[in-house]
Amino acid sequence: MTVKLLSAPFDLAAETDAFAAAQTGAGGIVTFTGVVRDAETGTLERMEIEHYPGMTERALQDIRDAALARWPLSGAMIIHRFGTLRPGETIMMVATASRHRADAFAAAEFLMDYLKSRAPFWKKEVTGQGAAWVDARDVDEAALERWQ
Amino acid sequence: MTLDVLYFAWVRERIGLPRETLETQAATVADLVAELSAREERYAAAFADTSALRVAVDQALTDFDAPLTDAREVAFFPPMTGG
Repeated sequence: MTVKLLSAPFDLAAETDAFAAAQTGAGGIVTFTGVVRDAETGTLERMEIEHYPGMTERALQDIRDAALARWPLSGAMIIHRFGTLRPGETIMMVATASRHRADAFAAAEFLMDYLKSRAPFWKKEVTGQGAAWVDARDVDEAALERWQ
Repeated sequence: MTLDVLYFAWVRERIGLPRETLETQAATVADLVAELSAREERYAAAFADTSALRVAVDQALTDFDAPLTDAREVAFFPPMTGG
């Protein structure tokens, strides 16, 4: 499975090992993992991730397909969670494999930039003081321009 | 035409429901927004600034001037925050 949408935690090491084992001819594998960061004041109780069932799966496939069309990759994988997550928990990961590392690094950044702004997920942070939706950042939208 | 309209994140909270099915003659997304906004204050509040919103027609991102010809599902939501 090269795109997974999960509500439960996943095993980062097992996923990375399985991805690596499935590659042929790759000289390098790049992985990136996003984790729930605590609030600066250390008061984050949980993060709620909402998504758009149906569109989400389609968007993840499209983003992965775009990376495979753009770089000579032997593989690319996206895992993204939704639902309730605690500080320190893994939100998502991407993995890319290629003969040379430059392509794998670039493709991983491409996947991340598109996941940030084009996959239909919304994060809400819940603290002892209340709940607030995480605002999209202009810098994330601007990051897409370099790929156009 | 019959249209499923979906709301996510704070748009869902402001309007007070995740989805509804309605009959409309709206030709474009903007027409639909105008029709909804005229209904009740909670819709008008959610759609007050469409530059802060994104729209998908049949699960593909599009613009507010997009036509609704043959559309079955329209979703409104804030800019996405994945990753």
